[in-house]
Amino acid sequence: MVAVATDFETVIGLEVHCQLVTKSKMFCGCSADYSGAEPNTHVCPVCLGMPGVLPVINEQAIAFIVKTGLALNCEISPFSKFDRKNYPYPDLMKGYQISQYDLPVCHDGWLDIEVDGATRRIGITRVHMEEDTARLLHRTDPVTGEGYSLLDVNRSGTPLMEIVSEPDMRTPAEAREYLVRLRQILRYIGVSEANMEDGNFRCDANISLRPRGITAFGSKVEVKNMNSFRAVHDALVFEQKRQAAILDAGGSIPQQTRGWVDERGETVSQRSKESAHDYRYFPEPDLPSLRFAPEYVAEQRALLPELPDARRRRFASLGLSEAEAATLTESRDRADYFEDVSRALALDPQRSAKLAANWVLGEVGRWSNTTGKELAAFPVTAEALAGLIRMVEDGKVTSAVGKEVFEEMVASGRAAQEIVESGGMGQISGSDELRDVVRKVIAANDKAVDDYRAGKEAAVKFLTGQAMRETRGRANPQVIQDLLKQELG
Amino acid sequence: MSDLWRLTAHEAHEGLRSKQFTAVELTESVLARMEAVEPRVHAYITTTAEVALEQAHQADARFAAGTATPLTGVPVAVKDLIVTAGVRTTAGSRILENFIPPYDSHVYEQLLRAGAVMVGKANMDEFAMGSSTEHSAFGPSHNPWNLSLVPGGSSGGSAAAVAAGECLVALGSDTGGSIRQPAALCGVVGMDPTYGRVSRFGIIAFGSSLDQVGPIGRDVEDVVTMADCISGHDPRDSTSNPEPLPDLRHYLGRDIKGLRIGVPKEYFIAGMEEGVKARIEEALAVFEGLGCIVDRDLSLPSTEHALAVYYLIAPSEASANLARYDGVKYGYSDRSHGTMWENMEHTRAGGFGAEVKRRIMLGTYALSAGYYDAYYLKAQKVRTVINQEFQEAFGRYDVLVTPTSPTVAFPIGAKVDDPYAMYLNDIYTLPASVAGLPSISVPCGLSEGLPVGLQIIGNFFDEPRIVMAAHAFERALGWANRLPEL
Repeated sequence: MVAVATDFETVIGLEVHCQLVTKSKMFCGCSADYSGAEPNTHVCPVCLGMPGVLPVINEQAIAFIVKTGLALNCEISPFSKFDRKNYPYPDLMKGYQISQYDLPVCHDGWLDIEVDGATRRIGITRVHMEEDTARLLHRTDPVTGEGYSLLDVNRSGTPLMEIVSEPDMRTPAEAREYLVRLRQILRYIGVSEANMEDGNFRCDANISLRPRGITAFGSKVEVKNMNSFRAVHDALVFEQKRQAAILDAGGSIPQQTRGWVDERGETVSQRSKESAHDYRYFPEPDLPSLRFAPEYVAEQRALLPELPDARRRRFASLGLSEAEAATLTESRDRADYFEDVSRALALDPQRSAKLAANWVLGEVGRWSNTTGKELAAFPVTAEALAGLIRMVEDGKVTSAVGKEVFEEMVASGRAAQEIVESGGMGQISGSDELRDVVRKVIAANDKAVDDYRAGKEAAVKFLTGQAMRETRGRANPQVIQDLLKQELG
Repeated sequence: MSDLWRLTAHEAHEGLRSKQFTAVELTESVLARMEAVEPRVHAYITTTAEVALEQAHQADARFAAGTATPLTGVPVAVKDLIVTAGVRTTAGSRILENFIPPYDSHVYEQLLRAGAVMVGKANMDEFAMGSSTEHSAFGPSHNPWNLSLVPGGSSGGSAAAVAAGECLVALGSDTGGSIRQPAALCGVVGMDPTYGRVSRFGIIAFGSSLDQVGPIGRDVEDVVTMADCISGHDPRDSTSNPEPLPDLRHYLGRDIKGLRIGVPKEYFIAGMEEGVKARIEEALAVFEGLGCIVDRDLSLPSTEHALAVYYLIAPSEASANLARYDGVKYGYSDRSHGTMWENMEHTRAGGFGAEVKRRIMLGTYALSAGYYDAYYLKAQKVRTVINQEFQEAFGRYDVLVTPTSPTVAFPIGAKVDDPYAMYLNDIYTLPASVAGLPSISVPCGLSEGLPVGLQIIGNFFDEPRIVMAAHAFERALGWANRLPEL
């Protein structure tokens, strides 16, 4: 990294393929939600590419790509069309893929990323619509040792969106941040699960090096087979070093496709430019062209939720720290939940925000971390959590008890009020009830009592703590202190 | 009763309706005729007697129940690129020799809905690429007017079956003349509807922007009945047009006095047989006699480019459409060569015939990087020009009248090894196909004992006018349902 930075500037562009969460596939009525399904059960003559079948455009997918384009600040082409991309492969049922060539639905957008406190604007070249391929499963016969392949057509024809960035990223960290932001937006607008590990968010990277100060691009290498954000980052770091070493030694970088081998932590050559495909694109004659009226685009724009950046700024304006605002807006679910809690608290907006943030980032976040579950699975409603927060605020329970009540709410689904009343978790403020506790503590802690009498004020704190422990946090600490001072006279 | 196969569909319908005979009797008559002449004509790749008899029984039940349509119980031949669930559908190709589709095409569904009876899957040039049926992997069909001649193509089996009495009406498909040219060569009527009028769902694709299913029959009325049955919007075909459907039967028997007919001079060129020219001239006189205004001065200067345009666009689309036949999923598969790629290569090498391979190569070349602009894109631009010329003409004329084919039927073997000579057969039918216009071929007499076809071209979705002109002409000429002796 250091050696690279001194001599070369890295240029990175990313191509992201992302599956859309439509009900049906891109060009047929089969269910697109095949996860966990038996192989070849979400299929019909159309997505099997049988003779004589024809595609029909999924309107929801088109609405999703338009929303994506708008969220990425793209222009929506008034006129767009589908093209056939021809290449033979056993996972491509028709022998061509319906994709888009020269007139993508969206073009010329941007996405802001923040790395090390600096904001950088990454250009989005285009976003286009296509269909996914079937899935090949490569196996080895355990007896003969011979390799064979199985074909699962469930994935064939599911809507796939390709988002191509400009070569605007300069470090692997920026590339990772771009992916994080992009995934966040896609999830916010509800068009994709955008899960790299599940394969519905896939990334190929183009990377080249050039001497710093030179504007011409070096010859680029395309890196594939990266199955996590970390893999993208590590593969790009590897390529930076590999290419720099070659260039430093006076060599040149051949234009090629390389695959990331995660176990070995290196990229290996897959295909040279000479053997690149001629895809023989031509307009898809089975489909009409797409025309986007300004009214339609405006309609889709109106359906967009508040996007993460805007929401983060708004949260920060409520007095939350930048870090709090960023964490709360990481996912739309979390930001929504935070706002629901805040609204239910119905205090002064800044106070509500602060309290809601503390609990959502604190206890709720801890729940998420320990259970490994998403917020969507969190069993406590925003109203119920706000009820608990209010009890703590009103001094009806201590914050320590509040956390216990929280656990109980998660476990039982009962309301805070009910738990406190039935379980005796309310704060005890009555002197009569607490006097026995205080006497017991005095009797059991001779040393502290002696210290106090010797003038060490700090001993009161210790004795108070002991009394709190006796009551499992339910005692009102102020009452305890007062009683201690009375008893010790 | 044994000659029921001689009836037109509308005559048969009258007989069925008035209980002169049953659909089963009608079907049995056609099946018997098939048994007698099919060995000589070879109109079919697959005959479907069992399916036909079952459908005929159902048809009789519909007559009894009063739910019959004009096609109920009518024996139909279905071109073998029209997908039929449970019935082998080969597209005339070895590569689909064992393909039994699990789904129905839209047009076959329409026939089933109407209660028609399918007697067989008609022979055709492989993947509809050809003008003689000699490119069928299952051997050529023979012209019922002279068995040593071709019936035309690619819907040669459909046209031959209609002319030989092996069905009453048939479905064909037309990409550049594949309905009209065989209809002309077999002395029957064939109609290529406006592109988008008939759903292509379940039609094995050749040239997707050109393919259109249409009827072949022994007179205009039968063709119109079939067209009404298969036309209409189908949401499964995005190029299928939602235009409201005219009831074409409504346009039969109309007076066509004052109809403005344009006769493009570019269609009267060298290579056109004298006998054909003479019949066309006589036909024009017939139209004049009917009170039409015939203008022989129309010029469509881009006509000559239609052939080049067609042979760039159709093969380009075909090169993609035929990519799916790799022996992995269905059809012919040669798996004796080791690797997957080798098996795919051998499957395609052995499964496709020479003409299909030629067109795949033509199309692949035309779409290749560095050639696309000069070939495919240029062809699309010229296509637009051809369209514009037609549109200008339809500003002045109601219909255009031309010969359907420059020649009458030619001997089997005469052109099969000369692709360009074969391509020239379609020189008169290609322009309307390239433009997507509706057209119809009607018999206009004989030349040297063989039928000559007259082509009537209409504007987009103006099937009514070509039907009016064709029907009036057919009546004036007195030629309908004329069958050769076999």
